[in-house]
Amino acid sequence: MSELLLDIKGERLSFFTSVGEVKALNDVSLQLREGEVLGIVGESGSGKSVTAYSIMGLTSYPGRLIGGSIWFNGHQIESMSEQELRKMRGNEVSIIFQDPMTSLNPVFSIGNQIMEVILLHTNKSKQEAYDRAKNLLELVGINEPEKRLHQYPHELSGGMRQRVMIAIALACEPKLLIADEPTTALDMTIQAQILELIMELRRKLGMSIIMITHDLGIVANMCEKIAVMYAGKIVEYGTVDELFYQPAHEYTKGLLLSIPKLNATVHEPLIPIEGTPVDMLNPPAGCPFAPRCASCMKICLKEMPPCTYLSETHYTACWLRQSEAWQLSLAEGGDAK
Amino acid sequence: MDNNLPSFHLKVDPADFQPATQEEKESLIVMRESVNFWHDGMRRLRKNNIAMVSLVVIVLVSIFAFLGPQIYPYSYEQQNRGSENLAPFEYSQDEIALQNSGEKVFPHLMGTDSLARDTMVRLMMGSRISLLVGIIASAIILLIGSFYGAISGYFGGTVDNVMMRLVDIIYSVPDILIIILLSVTLKYPLNALAESVIGFGWIKVIGVPLISIFIVFALLYWVGMARIVRSQILMLKEQEYVTAARALGASSARIIKKHLLTNCIGTLIVTTTLQIPAAIFTESFLSFIGLGVSAPMPSLGSMASQAIGGITTYPYRLLAPAIMISIIILSFNLLGDGLRDAFDPKLKN
Amino acid sequence: MGKYAIKRIFSAIVTLFLIATITFFLMKLVPGGPFLAEKAPSAAVTAALEAKYGLDKPLNEQFFTYMADAMKGDFGPSIKQRGRNVADIIAKGFPVSAKIGGISILISMLIGIPLGCIAALWRGKSVDNTIIVFATFGISVPSFVVATILMMIFSTQLGWLPTYGLSSGLHYIMPVAALSFYPIAYISRLMRSSMLDVLGQDYMRTAKAKGLSGFVTLFKHALRNAVLPVVTFLGPMLAYTLTGSFVVERIFTVPGIGNEFVSSIINRDYPMIMGTTIFLATLLITMNVIVDIAYKVIDPRIKLN
Repeated sequence: MSELLLDIKGERLSFFTSVGEVKALNDVSLQLREGEVLGIVGESGSGKSVTAYSIMGLTSYPGRLIGGSIWFNGHQIESMSEQELRKMRGNEVSIIFQDPMTSLNPVFSIGNQIMEVILLHTNKSKQEAYDRAKNLLELVGINEPEKRLHQYPHELSGGMRQRVMIAIALACEPKLLIADEPTTALDMTIQAQILELIMELRRKLGMSIIMITHDLGIVANMCEKIAVMYAGKIVEYGTVDELFYQPAHEYTKGLLLSIPKLNATVHEPLIPIEGTPVDMLNPPAGCPFAPRCASCMKICLKEMPPCTYLSETHYTACWLRQSEAWQLSLAEGGDAK
Repeated sequence: MDNNLPSFHLKVDPADFQPATQEEKESLIVMRESVNFWHDGMRRLRKNNIAMVSLVVIVLVSIFAFLGPQIYPYSYEQQNRGSENLAPFEYSQDEIALQNSGEKVFPHLMGTDSLARDTMVRLMMGSRISLLVGIIASAIILLIGSFYGAISGYFGGTVDNVMMRLVDIIYSVPDILIIILLSVTLKYPLNALAESVIGFGWIKVIGVPLISIFIVFALLYWVGMARIVRSQILMLKEQEYVTAARALGASSARIIKKHLLTNCIGTLIVTTTLQIPAAIFTESFLSFIGLGVSAPMPSLGSMASQAIGGITTYPYRLLAPAIMISIIILSFNLLGDGLRDAFDPKLKN
Repeated sequence: MGKYAIKRIFSAIVTLFLIATITFFLMKLVPGGPFLAEKAPSAAVTAALEAKYGLDKPLNEQFFTYMADAMKGDFGPSIKQRGRNVADIIAKGFPVSAKIGGISILISMLIGIPLGCIAALWRGKSVDNTIIVFATFGISVPSFVVATILMMIFSTQLGWLPTYGLSSGLHYIMPVAALSFYPIAYISRLMRSSMLDVLGQDYMRTAKAKGLSGFVTLFKHALRNAVLPVVTFLGPMLAYTLTGSFVVERIFTVPGIGNEFVSSIINRDYPMIMGTTIFLATLLITMNVIVDIAYKVIDPRIKLN
């Protein structure tokens, strides 16, 4: 088993806005090993990006960590100073964002922006940084790298810009690459290319990846483990096979059902998940998914469900599963003490 | 699995594991009230203290300017012989004599100028002129600009191109210079018009310089408004294509159009409100260099200009119009800012 | 880029021609013609004018003569300042105004841009609120109010600064201050909102994610982008400074072109009015063209359009 790279325990994070406290993350725990690919799935507002940003200390104002611990690559993130965090960003952990059109500064050349991160974290000279930038462009599959280095972001297509973002992210050979919906803003065909590229780079360079997305199709292909988030909680966590073939949480089941199937007949209606997303200013006391859950029980509305382990790698936060598990263990003869 | 054993410090009531009813589920869903655009905006505006105070100030100034001269015992062009250059609340010899003989003499609240005209009532009239110019000029700009911009945006194509080219040229003309030119030269033909053609006598009453100002506003200043209206119309048009393409159905298209239209009106209100202080600014500037309303009609700008000579001995004669004009322009600017924050929150920074 | 420059210059020339034409024909509205109106000038001047412009010749001939002369920089003699040519008066007064105006513009940018940045960075705190209040106030007070109040406080009451003329460095302080008040306020607001806009952009997040310090991200990434709208304001700022100079020079008795212009208006010195108008219009339009083209050069997004 490879080394543990990331260990998040019970993270709680809120945004203190002028209209109130938005509880964005509510007791989130996950682990990542070196070389692993983890997918975080959820709808907008579920907290998936917030979790990833908090690893890098990139939580934007007015957000603040209010509980839990984040351990990454030997660092205890929540107690690090801004200066220490800066040394880590772009260096040990990098991130590529959703929209490549706006993520690059329009007034600086591509070469300038890649070299910037190299010169910041290494002792390379300008010439060395330039050569490395050129190599990186080749690595990410951009042709005519020499020419591209002198061009500006608006002269490149969306797919190429995302490749540049990847080049910037990998420039200092980070141990963890966070990809925040990297293909959502791109065309379908480009999507496939970028995902291919990311997987190929992982094969070559061996870094861990956290893939954040709302698209289950992507995680099916790329990830080894998947965390499903809803309203700031991880509601289900497991390997790809476990999640797709033995989904335990009603939300996960709903997500899987709502994917249009290729082999469905034309007249089968799409099955959406009923209800509306949670108001994060006033989150309910119990399970956040309860009002939309077909199997909702009274306790679901009152209390937050604990984690039920269905296998060593598979757990879910659901009262139904918990009660099933209790019945199972009681039936197996565990006497009440 | 060990961690699945029920722990008995967790109080679990078996009844809680019954399915929840629909009502129980719905009680937890708190939908935030969806609001009407206007109510929302007005609510935001009312909460903005600065904007509300500015509104009150504007109302007070309006009362001061329009009602004041009606009830004030002196009139703006009235020269009270013997009462030249009085300080605020000072009485002249003649007036003291009158008081001694039992008559009541209303004090000159702000003193008098070198021609024995009461400063306070002139301040009121000057404010009236400023407010009138601001509002009328903005109205003219709104009308011409919206009309022009709407037509240009609606028709598009070559019509739009040509109309916008004209706008570009007008935009690059230095407005103040043209205003000055027009103010200096138009008085001759306008005077001739007033004298020869019946029905144009009002020209002399209002004063040629003021009319020149309005003419210039009508000729030059509407281009900004035209551009804004045109871009709003273009947005509306684009929205129609988008909804048609997505085939959302008639109700959604109507809602979107209604939303955009109210948004357009919101922008227009903000722009017009902010146009008023700009017009007042220009008028006071022109009056200051002698191109505003003609004597004896006072303007805050001309009052300030005349007061410079006596700046050491009669500072209040300068301070009064100066502070007044600043208050008027500031209030409108703050109100306009408040309106913008309330109705166009995307722009809020 | 070249195509844009040509289009822009061409449209500027059209506008200039338009203004010159309007100026000439408006002046013709003055009874008796602009060169002879109201008080008749000296016989010598009258003779010179008639010879030059053929005041009895048809209108279009007079127009062409005037335009031809104007392009050479000859606007005829002043009818109020005996013995002087309009062009000479302009030549003498303009450098003075240019100095004051130039200093004012420079100071406005040097103060306004940092103020706007500070307000944006400490958004919501008291620094920001103070700057906003000051800026809103600053754009609401006409320049003549600023000038007269300054004079009242610093000259009349406190006696610190001289009132008239431009003979020493001290003399420059109040005119420049009065002229800069509005631009500083406007630039602060503009810079603040531009900076806030830029700070919210995704590429700022990218810069932070790279591990760049706040300082670097600010000065390199943010400022470069945020200052662009201020460049577009240069044109209007120049126009404002120009018109502001009319009032400021008048109040502080500065022998610049603004003062001469206002005098010529009051005195109905029509050749002076015409000449100065065309000169100032040319100046403004030229500067606007330069600023427009410069902006296209600075912003790489537009370079290749």
